[in-house]
Formats: sequence, C-alpha cells, structure tokens
Amino acid sequence: MDQKKIKDIIEDNREKEGSLLPILHAINSSYGYIDKSIIPIIAHSLNITEAEVSGVLSFYHDFKTKPPSKNIIKLCMAEACQSMGCNDLYLKISNLINNDNNTSIEKVYCLGNCSLSPAAIINNKYFGRLTLDKVTEFLYNEDK
Amino acid sequence: MKISKVFIPDDSSSLSVGSEETFLAFNDQLESESIDIIRTGSRGLFWLEPLIEFETEIGRVGFKNVSNNEVGKILTEFEQHPNYIGLIDEIEFLKKQERVTFANCGKYNPLSVDDYIKNGGLTGLKKALTLNQEQLTEVITKSGLRGRGGAGFPTGIKFKTVLNAVAEKKYIVCNADEGDSGTYADRMLMEGDPFLLIEGMVIAGITVGALKGYIYLRSEYPEAFTKLKNSIDIAKSKNIIGSNLLGSNKSFDIEVRLGAGAYICGEETALLESLEGKRGQIRSKPPLPAYEGLFGFPTAVNNVITLATLPIIISKGFNFYSSLGSRNSRGTLTIQLTGNIKNGGLIEVPFGIKLREVLYNYGMGTLSGRPIKAVQVGGPLGAYWSEKLFDTPLDYETFQENGGMIGHGGIVVFDDNIDLRFQAKFAMEFCSIESCGKCTPCRIGSVRGKEILEKIIFGDNVEKNIKLLLDLCDIMENGSLCAFGGLIPIPVKSAIENFKEDFIN
Repeated sequence: MDQKKIKDIIEDNREKEGSLLPILHAINSSYGYIDKSIIPIIAHSLNITEAEVSGVLSFYHDFKTKPPSKNIIKLCMAEACQSMGCNDLYLKISNLINNDNNTSIEKVYCLGNCSLSPAAIINNKYFGRLTLDKVTEFLYNEDK
Repeated sequence: MKISKVFIPDDSSSLSVGSEETFLAFNDQLESESIDIIRTGSRGLFWLEPLIEFETEIGRVGFKNVSNNEVGKILTEFEQHPNYIGLIDEIEFLKKQERVTFANCGKYNPLSVDDYIKNGGLTGLKKALTLNQEQLTEVITKSGLRGRGGAGFPTGIKFKTVLNAVAEKKYIVCNADEGDSGTYADRMLMEGDPFLLIEGMVIAGITVGALKGYIYLRSEYPEAFTKLKNSIDIAKSKNIIGSNLLGSNKSFDIEVRLGAGAYICGEETALLESLEGKRGQIRSKPPLPAYEGLFGFPTAVNNVITLATLPIIISKGFNFYSSLGSRNSRGTLTIQLTGNIKNGGLIEVPFGIKLREVLYNYGMGTLSGRPIKAVQVGGPLGAYWSEKLFDTPLDYETFQENGGMIGHGGIVVFDDNIDLRFQAKFAMEFCSIESCGKCTPCRIGSVRGKEILEKIIFGDNVEKNIKLLLDLCDIMENGSLCAFGGLIPIPVKSAIENFKEDFIN
C-alpha cells in the first residue's frame, strides 16, 4: 500500500467528527482491503492507540485485511431469501466456483431486495430472483 | 396513444431485475424522438419490476416486467402488448392503499427539487419556520407519531426531551441502518424521495434546536448512498439546508455516513458509537441518547420513515395524521411484503389492517403456489406465526398482546417447505454472528442456543433440550443489555410454540 496515498486519505478526512470509519472506508474502497501494516500510521495520525484501530478494523464485516478476489458474490442469506431457497443456492454457487481462484462468495444479511428474493450483489451489480444460471452467465461474461 | 414522457425506475430493486438494460434500450429507440426519459424511484410494486410508465393523454399507464428486448415491440404495439397493465393509479394493489409518506415515491426524478416542490415538497418546512419549538413539539406529539424503526417510542416526547436538555450543542441522527430481513422501506424512500427525508431532518433540527444532522446509512445500500449524497448537495445549493436556510434565521447541515456491515449498529447506542468512529458496541442505558447521545450531547435518533413523515404532519396538521390508525398506533404503517409471496411490495395503510388481508388480498398467496405455513413479522427478532394468528390486526398493541412485534413493518412469508427448527437455529446463529459481544447472555447464549438447536434437529433428547433452550431464552430475555439479545428468544420461542409438530417427532 502506498503510504503517501494513505496519508492523503487520512488528511482528507481527519477534520470530520468520528473520522476513523470514513478513513477505513476510503482505504478499503481504494484497495479492496486494509493491510494491517498501516494500522500504526492511522493510529499515530489520529492520536489513538493501535489497539483501537485494530479493534474497529476487526469489528466490522466490511473491512477486509487481505486482498479480495476479482469476482465477489455477496449472497443474501437472511430470512426473506431463505424462504426462496438461498441456502440451496449458496451450495450450488459454492460448487460452481470451487475451482475458480478468481471468484469468492460471501454471506451477507439483507440487501433490502426482499420482495425479489433470492438477492445478491455481484461485482457491484444488483441481482434479484437470482438463479444459478444467472450467476454462471454473469461470471462467464465478466471473465471473457 | 400519444406519449409525452417515459418513466423508468432506477431503484436498486428494479435495477436487480434489469431496469438499467431496459433504460438503455429505450434510450436507443427514442434517440430521435422528442420524448423525455425520466429515471424515478420505485412505486414498490416489485413483482411488476421493471415497471415502465408512460405519460399519455389518458394519464400515466404502465407496462410490467419490461426486459430490454421487449422495448421495440412495446413502442409499436403499445396497449396491444401483453405486458400493458393500463392506468397505474387503477392497479388494485396501489389503489387500495392510503399512501402518506410514500405518496410521491416513484412518481418523479428523486433528484429534481422542482418536481419535489410541484408535488407539495417544502410546504411542511416553510410552515415549521413560522412556528416556535414548543408549537412544533406539540403538533408532533398530538399527531401520535411513534418511532417507525421498531421500538414505537412517541416521537414528540423524544423531541421534547432533547429540546429541554441544556447543552452547548445537539444533534439529529437518522438511523438508516435498516438491517432487518424483509424490510426496505427506508431504502425505497431514500432512493425514491430523498428530499422528503432531508426536509424532515431539517424540521427535526429546528424543533429540538440542533444544527447538525447525520444520516447513518448501511453500506449494503450503495444506490441510496449516491442518491443521498447528491440530494444533500442539491439541497445545499438551493439553501434548503445550510445557514439561514430558505431565508430564515435557522441553520442546519446534513452529512451522510456509511456503516460497515454490522447489524447491531441499528441499535441506537451502537450506532452512535459507530458514528464516533468506534466499534459498534452498545452503551448501557441510562443515560438515554436524548440526554447524552452523540459525543455526549443530547441527540434525537430517529428512523428514516419517522423523520420523512414530519413534513406531512406539519403541513397537513396533526389531526390528519392522528385520525388514521387503530388503538394507540396512529397514522400509517409501511408494510413490506416479502419472501415467498406472489405480489410482493410496499403497502402503506393505516394501522389495523389484518395480517390475512395483507397476505391474501394484497400478496395473493405464495409465489411457489403452495400453502403459507409461517410468516415472520418484524425482522429477525420478530415472531414466527402460523395461520391461527392471521386474523390479528397490525398495530403495536395487538401484536404485543399476542407475543409478536411489528418492528419496522417487514413481513416474510414461508410456504410449507419450511422446517421451523432451522429457522429457530438461524435466529440463534444470526445473533452469534452479529452480537456486539458486550454482554454475556447475548454473546455466549446465542452460541449455546445454536448448539442446543443442532441437538434438537439431530433428535438428541428433544424434550429435555427444548426445556433447556427455553431456560436459556429466559436468561437472554432478562439478562441482555439491549433489545438484540433480549428479543432473539422471540423467534425461537414462537417457533416452538406455534409449530410444535416440527420440533416433537
């Protein structure tokens, strides 16, 4: 991670009230993850302990500490999607991407698309009434 | 028919079934014509999405489920096309409703202030600027409006508490961390009519004497984030927010902040911690946020729908709102009918409608065509109910008397393929994933609860383990610090009580 860029992100946000989350979000969305090696930089800049930064980083599901895969399937596993078979779909998708190192599946709990379950967000695109065929087709087109 | 405008939704639900592709196809086809294409929010008739509307000489007419490759045919065949559904206002599902907060959602470009004002926008705020703070709290209290996030606390009383608290500054915080499965009303409103929320927050700020408002939005709603950011910028440029807003001597600013994927941050004190840049761990109450909230200052934390209803209450008067509803549940409830349901969508009606009417007269039964076995009302902390409770009217009091809760108004429908043992297990599992970890009954209890339910599913000492599970539920209910651990026993116990046959055998 580019230390200069990290410092710029911190400077852009430090005047905000409760700036740690906006800073972590900005880094996470720039790089897709937050390398633990930059914890001391953030802690030092905001005058808080490394433990505090680390604690916040590990608390929230959104913040990743490892580089993400190219394709990310965020499949909703909450009740409304369960009623439309997301548990079964999860197994099928997991099978589909089993040997695909470029694609990972992540369980999320509610995408607010509960009248068109099962729902997912794949590479920032919304999906409703999701089927295995739709996933296969989308991934095929992404990898073309 | 003569077409003058085309309306294509860009609400994230409609995008999820291809409204963007449909838009691109219309854009291609209409390139040389003088017909405007307007992107709108959604009407909340999700089973019809992408629902495309046309302005014609007979009014707004619609086409259901319009995929991009139907666009050419629709433009030539028009009312002869099989997807033509006639006048939008005549759709039974919509016509029967009494939309107040969602009256304009899906009708116009959500980022057009002009359209907003043309449809009655800013009337509430302009009137609020002529009233003093005591008058404002009185109107809000008399309207009977209660917090739509789930707890149902009287909004006027909360505002009065913040107003009377003596402090150097105060905050308004909009809780847009709509994490309950089966709910999306907040998202729909933020994507479809964001100025209404902004107007409501300004009114709340003037009422309690706050100069700054935060919208804490869940990160699972990227489309709403973009819409909110843009609408806040526009509101600033039009002086709807900022210093001396609308030429008055009042000032109020709004900033939107993203959550980071933690269900517990929908709990108001965890939300405040998160806004302060900390782990989303709950605070013990008292002190209430109305006395000591964000950064220790008096804070009114309110749900999106609650705040977005204020402009209407102020402009139409408290009588208009309080005359709707049943018992102590005044006004309208925004029901979100979801899951395995044929016609799923948003239903705004006065409190008191029966569950059965919602499920069968609006929803038309399950999508799978199988019988409805269970419904869960009120999100992951709501009760699982069977047919025998379907005649219960939807209001806060009657639901509570029957062991349930309305919560944020989400209803998830399940057909007879569901086994309630697994739903009870999921409730505990969800609690173990999302617990903030501060108190033991929730943090450890949920893990133990999940383990006991695994044994029950496996058939291991079922009756003894059910007894143990109920004992654990009792501890979680009475020993947890906040409503999450305290209410997670509701789905578990109601599953056992209402679906005994799934557990014993």
